[in-house]
Amino acid sequence: MALLPPEFIRILISSVLIVSFVFLNAMILVYIERKVAGHIQRRPGPMEVGPHGILQTLIDGLKLMGKQIIFPDNIDKPLFCIAPLLAFVPAVVAFVVIPFSPKLQAVDLDMGIIFILALASLNVLAILLAGWSSNNKYSLIGAMRSVAQNIAYEIPMLLSLLAVLFMTNSLSMKSIVEAQKPLWFIVVQPVAFLIYFIASLAETNRAPFDLPEAESELTAGFHTEYGGMAYGLFYLGEYANMVMVGAITTTFFLGGWSGPPLPYMEYSGAFWFLAKVYFIVFSMIWFRWTFPRVRFDQLMNFCWKIMVPFGLVNLMITALVLKI
Amino acid sequence: MNQGPARKNEHIYTLNMGPQHPSTHGVLRIILELDGEYIITAEPVLGYIHRMHEKMGENRPYPRFIANMSRLDYVGPMLYNHLFTAAVEKLSGIEVPPRAEHVRIITAELSRVASHLLWMGAFLMDLGAFTPILYTFDDREAILDLLESVCGARITFSYFRFGGVCNDISADFIEGTRAFIKLLRTRFPMYEKLVTKNIIFEKRVKDIGVITPEMARLYGVTGPALRASGISYDVRKNEPYSIYPEFEFEIPCGENGDCFDRYIVRMLEMEQSLRIIEQALDKIPDGPVMAKHAPLKLHPAPGETYFTVESARGEAGLLLISDGSDTPYRLKLRTPGFSNLSVLEELAKGILLSDLVAIMGSLDLVIPEIDR
Repeated sequence: MALLPPEFIRILISSVLIVSFVFLNAMILVYIERKVAGHIQRRPGPMEVGPHGILQTLIDGLKLMGKQIIFPDNIDKPLFCIAPLLAFVPAVVAFVVIPFSPKLQAVDLDMGIIFILALASLNVLAILLAGWSSNNKYSLIGAMRSVAQNIAYEIPMLLSLLAVLFMTNSLSMKSIVEAQKPLWFIVVQPVAFLIYFIASLAETNRAPFDLPEAESELTAGFHTEYGGMAYGLFYLGEYANMVMVGAITTTFFLGGWSGPPLPYMEYSGAFWFLAKVYFIVFSMIWFRWTFPRVRFDQLMNFCWKIMVPFGLVNLMITALVLKI
Repeated sequence: MNQGPARKNEHIYTLNMGPQHPSTHGVLRIILELDGEYIITAEPVLGYIHRMHEKMGENRPYPRFIANMSRLDYVGPMLYNHLFTAAVEKLSGIEVPPRAEHVRIITAELSRVASHLLWMGAFLMDLGAFTPILYTFDDREAILDLLESVCGARITFSYFRFGGVCNDISADFIEGTRAFIKLLRTRFPMYEKLVTKNIIFEKRVKDIGVITPEMARLYGVTGPALRASGISYDVRKNEPYSIYPEFEFEIPCGENGDCFDRYIVRMLEMEQSLRIIEQALDKIPDGPVMAKHAPLKLHPAPGETYFTVESARGEAGLLLISDGSDTPYRLKLRTPGFSNLSVLEELAKGILLSDLVAIMGSLDLVIPEIDR
């Protein structure tokens, strides 16, 4: 065992930590989502399992794991099995480059954000495979919607992030945070922040842009035919993506781990980082339970006619100001 | 869709929407021919909850059919109670005491408000807003509590009898109803803020599913869907029954006949119903709630009658033919939902799948009533 290089051990430990972080986070988030939704709707939310229902998601997870995964007739079985994994794994892997605090980061890649975006764009592939292989028309419509939506909204998202990258001159997540020492980028780039936040709602298929799984139209959209833990993985992937959006927003616009130092805490950086992430995630939940769903053509019009032009103008202004 | 003759049908596929689908509100099935997400034809298929109510009515004595009426339209059942009892009273000439008429109107209008509240929540749920339904259910719950206190049932009421109603209302009920009216009036501004002025909601429902007055006439559309098209037709005003002429109320109308107008008309109608209830509570006379000589076993003289009421969804009619026995010779229902649904086929041409859901929601379909 002594032959193992220390780097390998470090990666092993950090990947175990990250996977458990994502799982735990998803469980807590499901609970938070149900509680917040409950209180928005004037009901208590889960109350039965454990005090104030805090063990509810644990039990739900166990139930999902215990369930049989049903394979409908005439499906494309390999693709049907790969799709949930493909939805979940990239979302977890992307956490490798997230800087939770100055020290708490698995790997500081030179091109961290490219790595994240590349992995995030695999999500659409997972949905497409799920929709295609399910042999269900609702799933297929959901998948078609998802592809069109995700590809369209990736453009304004990239444009808004690019405006920030112009200012940092680095793709590494750590140096992006460090560039915000004097001033958070949300103050300098408010338009980019808004564009990124709206686009990321569409990217993660959250309401009001949850068209791929619009249950009043498509029953359950792309995961109509999935049950048991296969469905659970889509669910986990969605929550991992939500946290990822929160983490990117925090890193790019909200100053990452920076915040007033807490007196008795070694890791006040991680505390501030997570607090900001959870604030973003909370607003996503809040939106979901407040707004109706947009229609598909409106969604596309909004992207191409408002978000992309604004993103381009914002990018141009940023470039000009930096050059001058 | 303009792809020339050779590729004409390449992209077109059939989608079976229902009978089990979250937004058909029951067991309605719609066969859709789709090109991408655009609908080419939509054909509603009925028969999944056909319970032969009309035939049942012809095979059982008159009083025993009251229970069926509330199963027809379980969202606004008091109004159907009213339809059947009033029709039989007209056929056999039973007089209803004034207090009973007032009680009938109070409970029927409460039922209408409950129906509109449930509709509003379900409609917004179809549009993807999950929260309003819990608020409207909360309000509706208060109505159900009130109605439970007078007749013991919460959904399938059998409260009306030939010649009156089965129980008198108590002072608690009157007080509770007044408190409820007050409560609901504080809720309307909240709904307006939360829903009516929401830009996404507006974009989803404005200019969608326009029913022109001509179309409404051809298909026999009635109720809020007709009034949204700008035609002021309400059975309570145009062919008044019971003691409706004694009350002051308006018939809210829309202009464009789109989903948004249908929404607005129903919201305004709730306020008018509250006005009627208030007036009825103010001038409710003392006295019996059952006619003195109401026969227990009905044998109406041979004859024929047609009676209509304004149900929550439109004009509900009942044709009764008596041959002098204790069962009707013929019982035929005209339910508004059936006519309102028939217009869907024309509205659905060339729209998006999401709009179909919005239109179906705005028509307020209650399948057991359509498929009686």
